[in-house]
Amino acid sequence: MRFMYLVTHPGPPGNPTPALMEAMHKLAEREIKAGRMLDNGGLMPVQTGAQVRIKDGKLSVIDGPFVEAKEVVGGYAIFELRDKEEAVAMAREFMQLHLDHMPGWEGTCELRAFAGP
Amino acid sequence: MTASDVDHAILAAWRIEQPRLITSLSRMLRDVPLAEELTQDALVAALESWPVTGIPEKPGAWLMATAKRRALDQLRRFRMLARKHELVARELEAEQQAMPDLDAALDDDIGDEMLRLIFTACHPLLSREARVALALRMICGLTTEEIARAFLVSDATVAQRIVRAKRTLSESGLSYETPRGEELSERLAAVFEVVYLIFNEGYTAARGEDWLRPQLCQEALRIGRILTSIAPGEPEVYGLLALMELNASRTAARTDASGEPILMRDQNRALWDLLQIRRGLQALGRAHELGGAGGFYVLQAEIVACHARARTAAETDWKQIAALYSELTRQVNSPVIELNRAVAVGMAEGAAAGLEIADRLMGEPALKTYHLLESVRGDLLYTLRRFAEAKAAFESAAALAGNKRERDFLQRRAAEAANAASELPH
Repeated sequence: MRFMYLVTHPGPPGNPTPALMEAMHKLAEREIKAGRMLDNGGLMPVQTGAQVRIKDGKLSVIDGPFVEAKEVVGGYAIFELRDKEEAVAMAREFMQLHLDHMPGWEGTCELRAFAGP
Repeated sequence: MTASDVDHAILAAWRIEQPRLITSLSRMLRDVPLAEELTQDALVAALESWPVTGIPEKPGAWLMATAKRRALDQLRRFRMLARKHELVARELEAEQQAMPDLDAALDDDIGDEMLRLIFTACHPLLSREARVALALRMICGLTTEEIARAFLVSDATVAQRIVRAKRTLSESGLSYETPRGEELSERLAAVFEVVYLIFNEGYTAARGEDWLRPQLCQEALRIGRILTSIAPGEPEVYGLLALMELNASRTAARTDASGEPILMRDQNRALWDLLQIRRGLQALGRAHELGGAGGFYVLQAEIVACHARARTAAETDWKQIAALYSELTRQVNSPVIELNRAVAVGMAEGAAAGLEIADRLMGEPALKTYHLLESVRGDLLYTLRRFAEAKAAFESAAALAGNKRERDFLQRRAAEAANAASELPH
C-alpha cells in the first residue's frame, strides 16, 4: 500500500536543529536504500505559496500569509509499505527523532493510504 | 488492543527494522543465514515481552540490542572454533562498551551488506524456488507462512525449502561472500531472475485472491529499488526496475470491479499510475545513460514504455514495439518472446503477418501447454474474420488456462467468435 505522510505544525516552523536534520537525513537514506521511500520533500513557508479557493460559488486566489491557518504543512513523504501498522511504526520512528533532537517542537505527522486497488 | 492487534503492531515494528537488523548481524557474524535466524529470534523475543511491557519507545534500538546480544552469545560459543570470530567478538564488545547508545547503529551503512545478503539469497547453486523463498524472507522480512500463502503452497513446503537452502549455503561455505568483477554481472542475472519471478507471480494473481499474492509485486519492486541503490552502475538493474514499475502502473486498470481482466487496448488509461510511470521512465532513462540500451531487461522495459507513453491505444507505436521484439529475439531464442512479436507485428503490419509468425510456433514443444499461443491465434483469426477457427483457438486456450478468471475470459471470447461465425453469410 502506498501512504502519504503530511507533517503539520502550528504557526511558523522554526528551523530544524542540525541534529534533527542529520537524523532525518539518515532515516531517509536508509528508507530509500530499503526501497520503501518513494518520494519526500520539505515545503517553503506559506508566504511562498497561495491558496485558490471556492466559496459561495466563487473562485478566488488568496496570497499568504493566511491568518486563520492554525496548522501549516511543512513537508510530505510517500512510502510503499505493507499495511497501516507498518505505516504507523514508520511515523513513530520519524516523530521520535523530533522528540529526541528538537526539544519543545510540537506537530503532527498524518498518514493516509492512497486510493487504489 | 487485542492480542492479535499487538502481535500485528510488533510485526510491523520489526519489519521496519528488519533490513538494518539482518545486515548488521551478518556483518557481525560473517554468516548471512545465521544472521537471518537471529533476526527472527529478536522478533520472537519481542512477541514474548512486548505484550507485557508495551512496545518500547524505540523499538528499533530494543530489537537491535536484543539481536546483538544474541549474536555475541553465538560468537562466544564459537570462540574456540574460529579465531576470526573471536577477534570480531572482541572488537564488537569493545565497540559496544565505548558506545552504549545503540542508536548509533543507525549509522551502519547497509549498502554493502545488503548486496551480500541479496547475492547469498539468490545464489545460483540454489533451486529457483529456494531462491525466491530466501529472498522474500531475508530481504523483505516475509514470514514462512506469508510466503506459503503468496505462492499457494503449504507452510511445511516453504519451511523445508528454506532449511534445505540454508544448509546448502553453509555446507558449500557460501554463507558470507560478495562476488566482484565479472562474477558480479553473472550473479546479478540470477538475482534479476528471482526478482522478476516474484513480480510476475504477483502480477498474474487476480484481485480478490489473498492480498498477499498481488503484494508480491510490491516486494519485487522493493528489491528492485534496493538494487538501484546498491548497484547504481549496472544498467540492467534500472532496466528491471523500469520494467516492473511500468507494468505495475497499469494495476488499477487491468481488472474490472468484479476482478475480470481487461485487455490493454480496452483499459481506461486515466487509471494508469502516473507517479509510477514517471519513476519507470526515469529508471529507463538512467539505464540508457549507463549505456544499457541493448540489455535484456532494458529492451523489455522499452517495449512497456511504448505502451505507457501512448495516451490512447490507437497511438501505440507498434512498429517500434515489433522492432524491439526482433532485437530481443536476436538476443534470446525464446518462443514466448516470438509469440509477443507475433502480436506486435499483427498490430504493425496487419493480422495476417502476425498469424504467420504465431502459426510457425504451433509445433514448438515449449508452448504445447501455453494457453497464450492459442489465445493470440484466436485474436488474430478473429481480426481476419476467420471466426470458426478463432472459436476453436479460444476453446483450446481456455482448456489450457490455469487461472479461473482467464479461463472464463477465453470462453467468453470463444462464444463471441461463435456468434460472429453464425452471423456470417454462408
